[in-house]
This record gives sequence, C-alpha cells and structure tokens, in this order.
Amino acid sequence: MTTYVGKPVRRVEDHRFITGRGRYVDDIKLPGMVYAYIVRSPYAHAKILSIDTSQASTAPGVIAVLTGKDLEADGIGGLPCGWQVNFRDGTQMKEPRHPVIAVDKVRHVGEPVAVIIAETREQAKDAAELLTIEYEELPAVVDPQKAVEDGAPLVHDDAPRNLAFDWEIGDKAKTEAAFQEADRIVELELENQRLVPNAIEPRAAIGDYNPGTDHTTLYTTSQNPHLIRLLLCAFVMGLPEHKVRVVSPDVGGGFGSKIFHYNEEVIVTWAARKLKRPVKWTAERSESFLSDRHGRDHRTKVQLALKNDGTFLGLKVRTYANLGAYLSTFAPAIPTYLYGTLLQGVYTTPAIYCEVYGVFTHTVPVDAYRGAGRPEATYLLERIVDLAARELNMDPADIRKKNFIPPFDGIEQPGYQTQVALQYDSGNYEAALNRLLEMANYSEWRRKQQELRSQGRYIGLGLATYIEACGIAPSAVVGALGARAGLYDSATVRVHPTGKVSVYVGVHAHGQGHETTFAQIVADKLGIALEDVEIVHGDTAEIPFGMGTYGSRSLAVGGSAMVRALDKILEKATKIAAHLLEAPESDLEFREGRWYVKGTEKSISFPEVALAAYVPHNYPPDLEPGLEAESFYDPKNFTFPFGAHLAIVEVDPETGEVKLLDYYAVDDFGNIVNPLVVEGQVHGGIVQGVGQALYEEARYDENGQLLTGTFLEYAMPRADEFPMFKVDHTVTPCPHNPLGAKGAGETGTIAATAAVANAVADALQPFGVKHVPMPMTPQRVWTAIQASQQVS
Amino acid sequence: MFPASFDYRVAESIDEAISLYQSADGEARYLAGGHSLIPAMKLRLARPSRLIDIRPIEQLRYIRVGDDGAVHIGSLTTHAEIAASNVVAQHAPLLAQAAKVIGDVQVRNMGTIGGSLAHNDPGADYPAAVLALEATITVQGPNGTRHIAATDFLKDMYETALEPGEIIVDVAVPSYSGWKSTYVKFFHPASRYAVVGVAILANAVGNQVQDIRIAYNGVASCAFRDTAAENALKGKAATDATIAEAANAALNGVDVLSDHFASAEFRKHIGRVYLKRALQELFAG
Repeated sequence: MTTYVGKPVRRVEDHRFITGRGRYVDDIKLPGMVYAYIVRSPYAHAKILSIDTSQASTAPGVIAVLTGKDLEADGIGGLPCGWQVNFRDGTQMKEPRHPVIAVDKVRHVGEPVAVIIAETREQAKDAAELLTIEYEELPAVVDPQKAVEDGAPLVHDDAPRNLAFDWEIGDKAKTEAAFQEADRIVELELENQRLVPNAIEPRAAIGDYNPGTDHTTLYTTSQNPHLIRLLLCAFVMGLPEHKVRVVSPDVGGGFGSKIFHYNEEVIVTWAARKLKRPVKWTAERSESFLSDRHGRDHRTKVQLALKNDGTFLGLKVRTYANLGAYLSTFAPAIPTYLYGTLLQGVYTTPAIYCEVYGVFTHTVPVDAYRGAGRPEATYLLERIVDLAARELNMDPADIRKKNFIPPFDGIEQPGYQTQVALQYDSGNYEAALNRLLEMANYSEWRRKQQELRSQGRYIGLGLATYIEACGIAPSAVVGALGARAGLYDSATVRVHPTGKVSVYVGVHAHGQGHETTFAQIVADKLGIALEDVEIVHGDTAEIPFGMGTYGSRSLAVGGSAMVRALDKILEKATKIAAHLLEAPESDLEFREGRWYVKGTEKSISFPEVALAAYVPHNYPPDLEPGLEAESFYDPKNFTFPFGAHLAIVEVDPETGEVKLLDYYAVDDFGNIVNPLVVEGQVHGGIVQGVGQALYEEARYDENGQLLTGTFLEYAMPRADEFPMFKVDHTVTPCPHNPLGAKGAGETGTIAATAAVANAVADALQPFGVKHVPMPMTPQRVWTAIQASQQVS
Repeated sequence: MFPASFDYRVAESIDEAISLYQSADGEARYLAGGHSLIPAMKLRLARPSRLIDIRPIEQLRYIRVGDDGAVHIGSLTTHAEIAASNVVAQHAPLLAQAAKVIGDVQVRNMGTIGGSLAHNDPGADYPAAVLALEATITVQGPNGTRHIAATDFLKDMYETALEPGEIIVDVAVPSYSGWKSTYVKFFHPASRYAVVGVAILANAVGNQVQDIRIAYNGVASCAFRDTAAENALKGKAATDATIAEAANAALNGVDVLSDHFASAEFRKHIGRVYLKRALQELFAG
C-alpha cells in the first residue's frame, strides 16, 4: 500500500507560481547591479569591418562597451560542443570556433557583436543605438540541402561543403538486398521544419563576483546548472570550479532550449568579474527568437520496402540536418544518436540503413527541442507506414499490427535488439494500440468517415504508434558514441533531527513538478507526510553533481538515485531502530513510518530514530551519528516508453482549413508516480506536437532573415483550437530501474505531430493528396489539393 | 522589449489633450487602448517623444442613440463594450459582430474603436464594418471639429484622414434595424488579425435583396466596399446562382496583399469562398 505514489497529488509548487511568488532569475536584484544589452548582428553573413564605440561609451549611464576583441584579449575561449560525431571515413567532426561575441565575422542574424553595460537596461539599450558597426554583407545560405552544393557560401572556411559530419547507421548491404526482394517500395520526401522553442520565461543570466573571496556566482535560466558550471570553468573561462557557483532558481519552461551553454552566460560572468559589479541580462522576446537554440530542421528522403501483404522488409533514410551557424552544446547527437537509432520504431523491419549529413548554415544554431530526434524519426516512420497502408489498400491499424514487435517484458523475455544499435527494455505495442482503438471506437470513426464523405465532408483518422528512447543515459554507452559527459544523476537525502527531510537532487525542474512527484516517493518510502519533505534543486552550492533535466530522465535516472539514497537511509535507520528497540534487525519490520518488533506492539517512529541519529546518547557503538545519504545512479539502459495516438481532423477542402475534432492517446510510461502530473505532461506534449503539425514554423528568407521572428507571425497553438483530449495508459514496467518508471516528458510531442499529419493525409485521400508539408496551413493544404487535382 | 524614452502626459479633457499635443517637442501620439501603439513602441518601430494618455477622458466613453436616430459611440469605448451593447445589437449588430472577433479577450477589454480606426491596420476588423455601415467619424483637433465619412476617413495602410493633433471623438452609425448582417473572418493563427474579413449588411425581404453592402478588410492595403459584388445581388433574389455570381465578381481588379502565409491568389480565393458562404448563411431560410 502506498499513501502517495500512484495518486493524483496536486502539485505543491503551483501555489507559489500561480500567486506570483516564484523566484526567477529576472526577479533577483543584487546591490549595485548593472545591466547588459547585447547588440546583435542584423545580417546572416557579414564581415565586421569596424566597431566605433566612442559615442556609445559616453552615453548616459554607460559603464562599459565590450566587444569580441576585449573578450579574446582576456583569454576567454569559444563555446564548447559536448558531443563528437565524426565523418564516416573517420575524419574528425568539423568543430569551428564558436565565439561568445563575434570578432571578424557574423554568421547568423542575432549573433552577439557587442555588449553595452549601463546602470539601467533602458540606458544600455539607448546607448546601443549610438554604436556604429560597419559590416560588409556576404551571401548567405539557409537551406541545408543547398548548403552542401558546390559553390554555396561557406559558413566556416574550414568546413568544406558546410559539413560538420556525415554519419550512418544500420546495414547498407542488407538493406539494399531487402529492397531488391521487395514487392514494392514506397517513398516520400519530407521536411521536418525548424521550430522556435518559446519557453514562457525568456532566458536571463546574472553574473556576480566577490573579489574578497574570489567567488563567482552565475544565476541562469538553465536546465542543468552543474553542466553549465563545468563548461564555463573548464572550457570557456578557465575558472577554478570550487570558486564558482551556478544557480538555476525557478525556471519557466525550457523544452530543451535551456540545456545549452549560452554566450550570454559567459558574457555576464566575464563582465561581472571585469567590472566588479553584478551584471544582469534578460532576453527580450525578439532576442529569444534570434538566440535561443532552435529545434528540428531536417530535409529527408525515406523509402520503405515491403511485401504485398504489408510486411516491412527494409527502410532507407537520408537526412540533411541543419545545425545552424555553430555547433551548439548537444547539436551533433540530436540528428544522429537520438534519431537514426529510433528508426526501428515499434516494427520488426529486418534491415535499416540511415545516413545523415550535419550541415552548417547561416541560421541560429539548432539543438535539442522537446523530443529531440525522436519526433523527427517518428514523423517519417509513421508517415511512410501510413502511405504504405494506403498503397496496399490496408487499414493503417492493420499494417501496424502486422509488423509490431511481439510483447517482451525484459525479464522473462530478453530486451529487443534493434537493427540500429538500441536494445529496447520492455514493450507491448499491440496492447497499447488495441486499447486506443477500443477507447476511441476506431471502427465507428471509420464508418462515420465514409458517411460524411458522401455528404462532402472530409474527416481524417491519423494513427501514430511510437517508441522513444529516454531516461538518458548509460554513461559508458553514450561515451562510446561521442558524448563528452556522463549521464548519471545524483541525490542526497538529508534527514533532519526532527525527522523532516530535505532531498537535494541533481536533476532540475522547470515545469515538470519534481517538488511533488519526488516528495511522493520519499514520503512513501520513509512513511512520513508529504509536507515533511522538501525537494531542493538548481543550486550547485547545495546539490550533488548532477546532469540536470532533459530527455525525460528525471524520474528514471534522478529518481532512481534518490531511491538508492533512501535505501541507504533506511538501512542505517534500521540499525538505529534495532538498537533502540533492543531487537535484532531481522526481527524488525518497517511499515508506515514505524519499525515494529515482529509479532509485538513494540515500535519506534521514523522521527524518533532521526533524533537518535543526531543526539546519539543511546546509540549503536560502531555506527556514525547523523542520517544523510547520497547516491549517484548510472542507468543500465535507456528507457523506452511507447504508445499509440489517434488524431481526428476535419479538413475543409475548399479553404484548406484543418480542425482538430478529437484526440486520443494511450501511452505506456511503465510505473506512474503521479497520474495527474503525467497527464499534464501528455496534454502539453500533444499541444506542442500539434503546434508543429499545424501552426509553427521558423521560416527564413534566402538572405537569412527570420520572417517569423515575433508572435505576430510565429503561430503558437492556443487553447481554443483544441478539443478535450482522451488519454489512458498501459503499464509495462521498466525492468532495469528501481522505480520501474519510463519517461513521460516528451511522448506527446513525439506522437502528436505524426498523428495529425497522418490524419490530414487520410482526410485528403479522396483528392489523391499523398502528403502535405508542415505546418499544414490552409494555404498548404489547399495548394496540395489543387496540385493533385491537376495531376489527376 | 522596452521603448525608447518618452514624455508621458495624462489628459483629463479633449482640449487638454490637444494642447498637450501642440506643446510637444517632436512627435506626440495619443494613447487609447495601446494595443497597437505600445507593441510598436516596444519594438522601437514607433518612438514618439510624447505620449498623451487620453484614457481618463470619460466623455469619450459612451454608446447611445442620438437625436439624429444614429447610434453614437465614444471613441474610447472598448471592443468588449461594443460587442456586449444592446443598443449596438439593435441598430447596428454588424459592428458587434466585428468587435466580437477582434484579437482575444485581453485585446477586446483594452482596445478601443477610436484607437483601432485611427491606426487603420489592414488586418483590423472594424474598417469593413464601418464602411458597410456608412459610419461617420467625428474628429476634433487644433482647428476644430470635422465629420468625415468612413470611406473618406480610411485612406490606406495605416493612413487616415486625421490631421496632426486630431483625435477621433465619435463614431456615428445610422440605425439599420431590421437589416441582416454578418462579419466573417479568416484570421492569421499568430496575430489573429484578419487575413480576410468580410462584412455584409443587407436589406432584404426573404431573399429579395433591396440593398446590400459588402466590404472587405485584410485582403488589400486598406478596407474597401466591393461594389461589383454588391451589384450582383442588389435588387435580385439571393439564390445559389446570384450568390455565386457575387462571389465571382468580388475582388476583381483589387491589388491583393501577399505574404508567405497567404499568397495573393489564395487570399483572393478565400475572400470569395468566405463571401459565398456568408451570403448563403445570411439568406438561408
């Protein structure tokens, strides 16, 4: 019996957020603090001929005008990349210098060129207008396929054809052979468009330097403060790590965009040390569009070889992945190890080959964005599977069932070895789809679709059966794949003398609800009340070294570390309890917060034991006082959540408008700690996935200007565009972590985009439309119908 | 997102506002709901040296039927107030139909009819309605008061007949009690501005159309009456055939806006489809 785990406990942190009592970086005001305004390049590609700071530096309130040359003169290095993916022929990844502030050349609109520090942010921005920068504009390239063509403008002189790497996975020969044997080959060229993450809280950073102690503190909107400290100290600024503290307090959403080590973090730290005053920078929303790392941006050709009965024989994928102007922190991993390795999907496809070109362009750097690689893999797989079903005149549900990997629990049956390196932990894919079809009354929707078509109305049913790899990741495995960091996590459980508990976790919450879900586990494990537990995260001065939150890893990895630490607490506390109860440990049983001597009413409570640990008057002679334990947990494998989603849309063929009528989701996250929080994650993920399918697009013109650089042009999904979602789950526990939990943070985004894309294509089947590029705006839908009508 | 520095003044009366305007060094701007001006200032696309806040002028906040039988609306009346007004619903429901679909709840609670008309954004919703309603816009400025027909007031993209220092004080709409009307809108999913907005006002007995006004906003640089479409229906029965004729006649020779969300061709197509459907619905049953 559990009191809290598995229950829909309301989020304890929400009261603080809803009543405006959150403490975000921009809420922090330090004595003597000054403000940085960053002057950014208006050009996608240009030489910087000169920067005249004379007028700006004498403007009211201005303390300093700093340029890339000043930064270099102070010995500050470029921003490092945390993952190395080499060329197929063994050539090292091209890793051009990623300057914190541009020196001779700018390579994307929004790249920092100079920094104004002033007493107020208004003065800093006003002074920026007095800065004279002479540029010589150069031709730019924004499309990754055009960037690799001969004669394309080069982003970096030392990266020929603008390639950072090329990469392959799978068995090429076996795949070619499978294509030879196939009854038919279905193919599609598609684009997974570029997206702007748009967290509700813009990025912000404050540098603070204490010359007395030589301590430096960086407050930053980060998903992983320890990683930022490590990169900042060891790679960029050469600071002693023990003298640097990084604090990520309340953070208002990240979606991946706050994983990376950013230019502005270096700028405020450097400026604060230089000026010996705290320096704050807060992004304006327009800056967020031009400097937050973007997501996705693939051009892909996918081919599926199959038998006429619908059996998949082989899959071939070629992708040009746009990396932007520089390699962001984890950029090379996203279109490779988080993408190509997912192309098995939930299917038994026996031969797979994928090649990826990582391409520099004159655009904002691209890196992980909610789902990171897995939505790209799922989108192309689910689209090609639907297209295959259509060509074979099979129902999309049936072709999936025909190819599903059979159930395996990872204990009695081994994990499933894919053709693309991963070993799935446990799965029951058909069960999730069956539950979905039943919940949605799929056959009734199919009947209704036929009926409505005869009335000239076009609804579409879109399935997506997905798998994803999260709970990242076993350090040795990712190390072998090029990661320059480990991906374990950590927790320290500190029991106070009164039996209250603080838990210091290496993972970081920026919307996920850890303060509730982690506390639920602690409270149950120790048999204490939820309010007697506090989860602390985000401050390197308080927490053990942890890798932060992304890749749906917090519970599976950080939660497992916490469970291990709790086990250590209980082990020691049991020793103390045995001493106090004057009984051998083997005679004790622990339930609901008390140790009982078996078969008696004699017992002692957790707080009493805690007190004894800190007031050890009557205490086991060979035991250290105190009750505190730490654990570092390195996962044995990724976890592999999976599920089946169904989107129902209606398309107005005359106007191209798409309306989402209904949405069903059945996900399998293994064991669930808090169904309310998980449902919230699913809802948010679906909305974000639908956002990509129907609305969102970071669109550049050919000169590298972002056309959708404000919320007037960049369309975010809104509540009034959505029906109520119907969600459920199946439970296939993760066999390799102590909680049996898989990740729940990204699946909505991974499945929903594909489900909606399939639904729109399904609705347009009577018009012969095979595919509509995303976002599927009315114009694009209408154009697709016009084009296919002209063909037929 | 913060504007260049400016001098902020509050006016308690129209006269005070105008004198604050005249005494300003450089460019002065009146502030009403602020939903276009403030974002433009934050992006530093607008940088007035003086901002004159006219919101305290209570005498500009009313909806009433005047002695002339027309509905008079004070320029500081919000979109939400117009959308909810019984007087507007009775005499000129078209205006409420447009007001209801402006932006979102926050915009409708802050934005004013005077501010919207003075800004004359091509994607705004009121312009087509005031053209169809043949409204009269009263402005007051350093040189006194002028009454301007809506068609003369709305000149081009962000351009109106307002002279420097003039404030819109009143929008007068004749009573159209008994007329049918509708406003339909194909909006941009980000801005929620009209990509195509069609206002229709018709005097009809059953489907016999005696008089009809059809006006568009969003489609071109400025809102306009589409007389070719009107003529296809005026004095005729609204049938599937005449409605189709009107839709085909619409937007001919118009210089249609184009952007990556909606090309000129697509915008024109949507303009006709939306007109056709709106007419069908208006005359159905």
